[in-house]
Amino acid sequence: MKAIDRKMVRDLWGMKGQALAIILVLASGIAVFVMALTTLASLVQSQETYYDRYRFAHVFAHLKRAPNSLAERIAEVPGVSRVETRIVAAVTLDVPGLAEPGVGKLISVPESHAPSMNVPHLRGGRYVEPGRPGEVLVSEAFALSHNLKPGDRVNAVLNGRLQPLKIVGIALSPEYIFSIREGELFPDDKRFGVFWMGYTELAAAFDMQGAFNSVVLALNAEANEPEVLRLLDRITEPFGGIGAIGRADQLSHRLVTNEFSQLQGMALLTPTIFLAVTAFLLNVVMGRLINTQREQIAALRAFGYTRWDIGLHYCKLVMLLVVIGVALGTLVGAWLASALTEMYSAFFRFPVFYFVLPPNVVALALGISVAAGLLGTWSAIRRASRLPPAEAMRPEPPADFRPTILERLGLQRFLSVSVRMILRQIERKPRQALLTVTGIALATGMLVLGNFVIDAVDYVIDFQFFNSQRQDVNVAFVEPSSHRALNEVRNLPGVRDAEPYRGVAARIRSGHVWRKLGILGLESEPRLFRVLDAEQKQVRMPPEGVVLSEKLAQILEVRPGDTVTVEVLEGDRPVREVPVSGVFADYSMPSAYMHIDAVREMLREGDTLSGAFLAVDSQYLNTLYKQLKQTPKVANVSVKRAALDTFEQLLNENLLRMKAFNVFFATVICFGVVYNSARISLAERSRELATLRVIGFTRGEISMILLGELTILTLVAIPLGLMFGYGLAGFAVTVMDTETQRFPLVVSSATYAFAATVTIVAAVCSGLVVRRKLDHLDLVSVLKSRE
Amino acid sequence: MSTATTRERTAVFEARGLTKVYRLGEVEVHALRGVDMELYESEFVVLLGPSGSGKSTLLNILGGLDVPTAGTVRYREHSLTDDDDAALTRYRREHVGFVFQFYNLIPSLTARENVALVTEISPSPLPPEEALELVGLAPRMDHFPSQLSGGEQQRVAIARAIAKQPEVLLCDEPTGALDVQTGVVVLEAIERINRELGTTTAVITHNAVIAGMADRVIHLSGGKISHVHDNPTKVSAHDLVW
Repeated sequence: MKAIDRKMVRDLWGMKGQALAIILVLASGIAVFVMALTTLASLVQSQETYYDRYRFAHVFAHLKRAPNSLAERIAEVPGVSRVETRIVAAVTLDVPGLAEPGVGKLISVPESHAPSMNVPHLRGGRYVEPGRPGEVLVSEAFALSHNLKPGDRVNAVLNGRLQPLKIVGIALSPEYIFSIREGELFPDDKRFGVFWMGYTELAAAFDMQGAFNSVVLALNAEANEPEVLRLLDRITEPFGGIGAIGRADQLSHRLVTNEFSQLQGMALLTPTIFLAVTAFLLNVVMGRLINTQREQIAALRAFGYTRWDIGLHYCKLVMLLVVIGVALGTLVGAWLASALTEMYSAFFRFPVFYFVLPPNVVALALGISVAAGLLGTWSAIRRASRLPPAEAMRPEPPADFRPTILERLGLQRFLSVSVRMILRQIERKPRQALLTVTGIALATGMLVLGNFVIDAVDYVIDFQFFNSQRQDVNVAFVEPSSHRALNEVRNLPGVRDAEPYRGVAARIRSGHVWRKLGILGLESEPRLFRVLDAEQKQVRMPPEGVVLSEKLAQILEVRPGDTVTVEVLEGDRPVREVPVSGVFADYSMPSAYMHIDAVREMLREGDTLSGAFLAVDSQYLNTLYKQLKQTPKVANVSVKRAALDTFEQLLNENLLRMKAFNVFFATVICFGVVYNSARISLAERSRELATLRVIGFTRGEISMILLGELTILTLVAIPLGLMFGYGLAGFAVTVMDTETQRFPLVVSSATYAFAATVTIVAAVCSGLVVRRKLDHLDLVSVLKSRE
Repeated sequence: MSTATTRERTAVFEARGLTKVYRLGEVEVHALRGVDMELYESEFVVLLGPSGSGKSTLLNILGGLDVPTAGTVRYREHSLTDDDDAALTRYRREHVGFVFQFYNLIPSLTARENVALVTEISPSPLPPEEALELVGLAPRMDHFPSQLSGGEQQRVAIARAIAKQPEVLLCDEPTGALDVQTGVVVLEAIERINRELGTTTAVITHNAVIAGMADRVIHLSGGKISHVHDNPTKVSAHDLVW
């Protein structure tokens, strides 16, 4: 090994503490980056394979009833490669061990062979067989949450008749990756299950022999989806079609995509910030490290080493650190990613599981780190070799210290000599002070960002489940009912309050942009289901016009006072021009509300309601559930508490775990940065401090000077870091603003306190290490080797 | 060789009108104010002067570590004042050996490795061991600088300077940080190099006693050469006392 390479190895060994800190900082940034991108790539790959292998349909349409022969006409639509017709029916379930009524979705399948699309993947048991009544496949999520096995039975109300369903197989379907029922926000595997039943039997139960009410299509590569949707709508409309949708609007797919896009927001934003900050820190740390070797660089130059030789020497050192850091970060990141991918795959119940470590992710991580390291090194070397070697070896001229601002203001009598030294030092080397402050502030900011996600989600939960939705139970009727139904519900046991609503499926259109959604008609100032704006103020339902969520208004490009076209997709399918009377900000899917009377008028109906929100005395919940289960009129009961539990569980599994990783790595980075800042300050000033010791300062006094500086810089950095963190959170909010979900910019004081505490603890620990080093400062050698 | 008269010998260095002004903090320092001088092949020259007389600046300019504000320096047929940084680096690498007052050893390398640091980039170096032998440090060549005394460190620095077999050896207060006995050992090493390898040697000092071992003594004061005298009664370093 060449002598100069030996120097590198020994230098590295000599600063192993700092080197380790740099490696850990870098590895942390890389780990988060690799973890997130790898998880995302693996999930996307798994999803695509799943869709492909189990032939997830491209187009979905529901209608009231159409003869099976209509399939031939549908197949003639240009671009359609396969057509599958079926019957889909919602039923109330009575599941052993579940107090409240469950909801089942029954989907017909051919008895003799698997369907050509949305193929159920058998996880256990067997497929349904012809001629055996009551046989069904059940979705795995539902089966697992009730511990159902092939051979078990579940009772269901089919078209008003109680009938046992005999489970013969457990299945998964790409159509129900998220088994979530219409109108709900979150999957609820306990109360909602998907069942596949032979066509003949299901048709018999619902009087649908020779007919279908649902059709799915596969498209070929040349298909023009909007055109297919348009033509399909035209074909199905006479049969009560409520509008075909593509994958993008399919509920499960949309939620998976939404999860992915949130994951992507996290996967791209957080790690990119981590990596950028890490790159900056690497740059600063390497730069300062090299500055402390100014004399050695000058000596090397004096012997005839060129700038290029010296640059190469330090680049090798940096590269060694970078390569170790990137390798470590990649390993840890890939390991965490495989765990996360497995967790997500289980969460999404993908029957196929892929783990891919995209080489370009690693290459990108390496490239950015190398560039950052080299940039820092290069500028430091340029600075170090700008002076002729003779001058670089000469002791630095006494810097032009000046009285600080405080002293110029005449406040020096309040400052001790040590404090004056600290302040003058900071003022004289503002660049170094600035870099230290910036580094610590960035690390603090990342801690804020890491925790912010949870603050935002807590806020949304509070907003959604406690301030906005105050009902306990939502009861939906099979058919729109009269006011009498409301009174019946009101008289059920334990019901303290009941509030009617009239929901209607509609297409809201402005120009060529449209969205299909349910418009919810509410009383003018509902007590239970309250529509709130971003300031948590209740939005009153105006007697006329529609109130849109801000996101929907943005999509439709309308403002209050403009008009939208509402195409109702039920009954007589009226089309109305409706004024936009208000816009409110919210955090979930695009939504639209009207006064209940306005909906009724639009539908030319009397006193109808499609369901009611109930406030229920919790003691009576079980009695209420029992009653509701036996009420044929009730199609759907959703319990807010249950939804909230599911939502929180979902969070714990995914977001919280990822957040924990982010916070962990942010903490490592924070420690690494603070420690390095302290060590570099020590290296830069050891000569000066030794001189002070020689002229009679005590260890405590010189520690005070160095640690005092660190303290001041840390204290300045923390508030800046908190502000920076808030800014990052704001940026994250912008990036994660999707059509189906947004996050409010809310940072709790606990998050700020956590970030500040970690930084302070890191500073105290680093201070102790530096203090120990100061105690062992070799006065003689420090003074002897230089002037 | 070193005792021969200097008249007919080739000048290794020829400086004309050297001026150097640099800023030290807020002060403008006139380090050199028009210096003319020559250094001849194989001679041993002592540059004598009080601190601030400009002798270090002069040496640094001769060694290509610094550039003059005005004036010219020629090294043999080559003008150093026209050189850019790369050319000066090559010049230092191939022709000049430096010894500094504070040794400037690389603390993370052993004596042998410190010498190797230079031999690895030189066109025709001595083996590091041989260079250390010349300064009497063969037994301690695997020690780190922190394990060596000041005199030993300075001798490592000398070994490092001569290992490349330079044509000129420039020493800046080589004994400045040393006691008398150690200083003499170091000076003996330098003397031996000059004598045995015929290396043109310039030593800076403010210690007039050391001038006794020179062929020629150049006195500097206030950034100018005050006078130059030949020293026919050269004494060995061993006999110096101060």
